[in-house]
Amino acid sequence: MPNLKDLKNRIASVKNTRKITKAMQMVAAAKLRRAQEAAEASRPYTERFNAVMSSLAASVGGSDTAPKLLSGTGKDDVHLLLVLTAEKGLCGGFNANIAKKARAHAQKLIAEGKEVKILTVGKKGRDQLKRDLGKHMVGHVDLTEVKRIGYVNAQDIAVDVLNRFDEGEFDVATMFYSEFVNVVTQIPTALQIIPAKFEQSEGTAPDVLFDYEPSEEAILADLLPRGVATSIFSALLENGASEQGARMSAMDNATRNAGEMIDDLTIEYNRSRQAVITNELIEIISGAEAL
Amino acid sequence: MADTMQFDLVSPERRLASAQVVSVQIPGTDGELTAMPGHSATITTLRPGILTVDGPDGQSQYVVTGGFAEITTTGVSVLAERALAREDMTQEIMDEIMEEAKNTYSKQKEAFDNQPGPVDDAAKLLSDMVAMGENMGLSAKK
Repeated sequence: MPNLKDLKNRIASVKNTRKITKAMQMVAAAKLRRAQEAAEASRPYTERFNAVMSSLAASVGGSDTAPKLLSGTGKDDVHLLLVLTAEKGLCGGFNANIAKKARAHAQKLIAEGKEVKILTVGKKGRDQLKRDLGKHMVGHVDLTEVKRIGYVNAQDIAVDVLNRFDEGEFDVATMFYSEFVNVVTQIPTALQIIPAKFEQSEGTAPDVLFDYEPSEEAILADLLPRGVATSIFSALLENGASEQGARMSAMDNATRNAGEMIDDLTIEYNRSRQAVITNELIEIISGAEAL
Repeated sequence: MADTMQFDLVSPERRLASAQVVSVQIPGTDGELTAMPGHSATITTLRPGILTVDGPDGQSQYVVTGGFAEITTTGVSVLAERALAREDMTQEIMDEIMEEAKNTYSKQKEAFDNQPGPVDDAAKLLSDMVAMGENMGLSAKK
């Protein structure tokens, strides 16, 4: 039977853990609200951008002069996987789920005989993929110092990716991140960013014919790189919200588990204490009877 | 013809303005253009410059760098890569974006070894920035 002092110490330590997880949960909740607001705020831009892009892509896409970012290089031998994860852990399966999705994709491509290159954003993803796919890693973007994700961060990543594309380092780029549904549900998602794919809203042909200034091709060439940055930006924001959501529910679970553990330990402690008292009484009584 | 039209200015990070306006002066890549209600549908890319909005209750100005504008007969939406109200534009921000433009320019120069095209584009971007700065009375160190 564990002695009373040990039990008391354990209860105290679990109580401290509970305080920490509770605090982390509340911090995550506050950050989640901010992350959601940021995601919300970026939506008008992204929506309009994609609307214009898809109508442009539809009219220029078919021609031979279409930019490579849209039509692709004509091959799909080398794949770049852009894996976006968090910088911090303690957020449930958030990082692991993204890494798992990316790993499965990478292994499928390797099995098909394609070349795979991996660019990671966020420390956790890099650490998880390093073990078995370390030799495919071509770079890492560190966002540890970044307090609040800005468009600039996305732009930097996009510039890196686009430079690699211009140098012919890869043919297809796919981005992995987690889509935020709600606090308990985040869906790891794969999105092809190069060559760009735009959802063609069929049947709703553009009702207005636009004049383009300068030419359609020039605008498209100007906008496609921005499109990459925009999709990376919205993925980063989704990821940010997902991370906080995942952390919030993970910490909620941890707090609850700690609470249960404290209850169990307290019962054990009380029983032991009662046993000690009973023992002492028996000793006293039997001592008195012997006289 | 309607007297006013819907105007939206959005950047990736937030929506800056959404209002009924009389006219919008847009710094397009090929030159300034002013959109008023009933303007023919146009999409144009932007150069760094000042976006002037004439509303029913006065004029407001925004500094924009890059992006594009979508003009329809009933409204204008400007999607700017970076946009802020003119009052918020400070020397520090100016210096910062000048620095960025200069970096791009020197990088392009190195990478493309003075071929026309990307280098010219970057040079134009830089000179547009300088022009914008001078226009606003902010010094743009060359």
